[in-house]
Amino acid sequence: MKIWEMTALELGRKIKSGEIGVAEAAKASLEQIGALEPEIHAYVTVDEDNALKKAAEIQKRIDSGELTGPLAGVPAAVKDNLCTEGLLTTCSSKILYNFVPTYTAEAVRNLEKAGAVILGKTNMDEFAMGSTTETSAFGATRNPWNPEHVPGGSSGGSCAAVAAGECFYALGSDTGGSIRQPSSFCGVTGIKPTYGTVSRYGLIAYGSSLDQIGPIAKNVSDCAAVLETIASYDKKDSTSIPRTDCDFTSALTDDVQGLRIGIPRDYFGEGLDPEVKAAVLSAAKVLEEKGAVVEEFDLSLVEYAIPAYYVIASAEASSNLSRFDGVKYGLRAKDYEGLHSMYKKSRSEGFGPEVKRRIMLGSFVLSSGYYDAYYLKALRTKALIKKAFDKAFERFDVILGPAAPTTAPRLGESLSDPLKMYLGDIYTVSVNLAGLPGMTVPCAVDSKGLPIGLQLIGDCFQEKKIIRAGYAFEQSRVYQEPELAKNVRTARDAAGDGMSGRREPGAARADGTYMGGVYTPDKAACIASDKITGYKADGTGKGGARL
Amino acid sequence: MANVISDETIEYVGILAKLELSGEEKEEAKKDMGRMLDYIDMLNELDTGGVEPMSHVFAMHNVFREDVVTNGDEREKILKNAPEQKDGSFKVPKTVE
Repeated sequence: MKIWEMTALELGRKIKSGEIGVAEAAKASLEQIGALEPEIHAYVTVDEDNALKKAAEIQKRIDSGELTGPLAGVPAAVKDNLCTEGLLTTCSSKILYNFVPTYTAEAVRNLEKAGAVILGKTNMDEFAMGSTTETSAFGATRNPWNPEHVPGGSSGGSCAAVAAGECFYALGSDTGGSIRQPSSFCGVTGIKPTYGTVSRYGLIAYGSSLDQIGPIAKNVSDCAAVLETIASYDKKDSTSIPRTDCDFTSALTDDVQGLRIGIPRDYFGEGLDPEVKAAVLSAAKVLEEKGAVVEEFDLSLVEYAIPAYYVIASAEASSNLSRFDGVKYGLRAKDYEGLHSMYKKSRSEGFGPEVKRRIMLGSFVLSSGYYDAYYLKALRTKALIKKAFDKAFERFDVILGPAAPTTAPRLGESLSDPLKMYLGDIYTVSVNLAGLPGMTVPCAVDSKGLPIGLQLIGDCFQEKKIIRAGYAFEQSRVYQEPELAKNVRTARDAAGDGMSGRREPGAARADGTYMGGVYTPDKAACIASDKITGYKADGTGKGGARL
Repeated sequence: MANVISDETIEYVGILAKLELSGEEKEEAKKDMGRMLDYIDMLNELDTGGVEPMSHVFAMHNVFREDVVTNGDEREKILKNAPEQKDGSFKVPKTVE
């Protein structure tokens, strides 16, 4: 078995036993990155030099017995909306193209304390607004299972990086399905924890009442171990919840005897791809055969979750994104007349079409005269949706359904019709509205060769139940890697240079984005050219969204 | 389309959103917003009479902490991100005549 093929915990054990060195592990990831990035573009920034420096440092601390955790020395990637001190953090937006945070997000700090080697920052939909990772200002990420298809979004870079072996696990964020849907499209496992479980300190906010950080990895065990590491009560996040039950790995038992699983009929109606439906129902069968009690039921209100979600998320986004004004960081427009003109011009140049669309909608639903009719109505709907879940969890331990209605669409297919794209979130958004934990576990590959994900939803604070169900299901299936990731050696040999995307250290960049020793894709070129994205990021090209 | 967004509304929302839209962008925004609101109007089918708006899922009260500075002086680090700076401060266009 090659190093990159290992799970995070397998690698962690081999590092602990001295069989594999931390630097060797980091190099294995960097080699995959070097060979695959030109095609996949999962990363916005690869921090090669620092990663190798950090690897040496962590190796010493492991050798001295100071670091003993299961993830010590294991290379990881972080979504580019999580602040990392000294390392470019762009939210895949032009408005933050040169932002270098002065502090590190709490979740990332928790990983660092556990000995993680952070390889770099992963691509995403701009400000996490999108379902395909095509709204990134720096070019779309492609699905490692088929580069003609999207990886899903908004944590598409994190999920693609895990699937392609470009890291051993990654952090994502989930506001309306942004961990679970791309996990489904990329054939990896991802957890969105109960709201308040992982500190949001240092997560650049989109919809604060819905945002939650979570792990993405090759399997349930890795996800449980990472979640256990990043979960913490944090005074710096006033919505953080003190929990004493974060020993998630204790739930990794192949035992679902008597576990009550509910299948919402409303999740299997019109719009669901027949192959996805069959795969998810056959996964339920596997759990039933293992002793779970599986029953259908009516959840109700499912169709109201999307309109409620888009009102609430857009409203919060319009408020959260008002801080980007060209004063303290990020892009400032060149020509303006006075302060207000500078604000408006900087924002109009810096934000992409999807972000503008949501800021406009959010500003509208919060404006006087419409606040009650739209915003408060959505918050009342949210209360009803929460109640419907409360009722369901009186009968069931776990709700099982698909993570998305289809497998990954082709690039350029989704952005032309935003409303249609929003409808793809139907099985994920209600989980955020109700603050529940949800997890995607890969369960099959469709006839086009694209992965299908199973979604398991638990009641608040009941991550262990979904972890147990996911782990038990996973025992019936062997983890599959995309062919592309396995053929790296051939790709490298053909290219004659494994690190074909690499820049020489110290190369200066005209736009100032190139930090010492940090590799970044040529962002200016990404914006100007349609080579990587298939559409122009300014919205003028094929499939590009316009406001 | 049931919701027709007027030029005045788009103008007003643009001011609230602090966005300067081109003529073409405004037309697109009118269409997009109208379509979204038509869809969102589906919520009116729901009887929410007597239902309290739920802003947070957990009944959390105001979370207070002592107003004590815990971080050090990071002025220089922070100013590194400034588009323009002068005398250790952010520089902005003249706002008061």
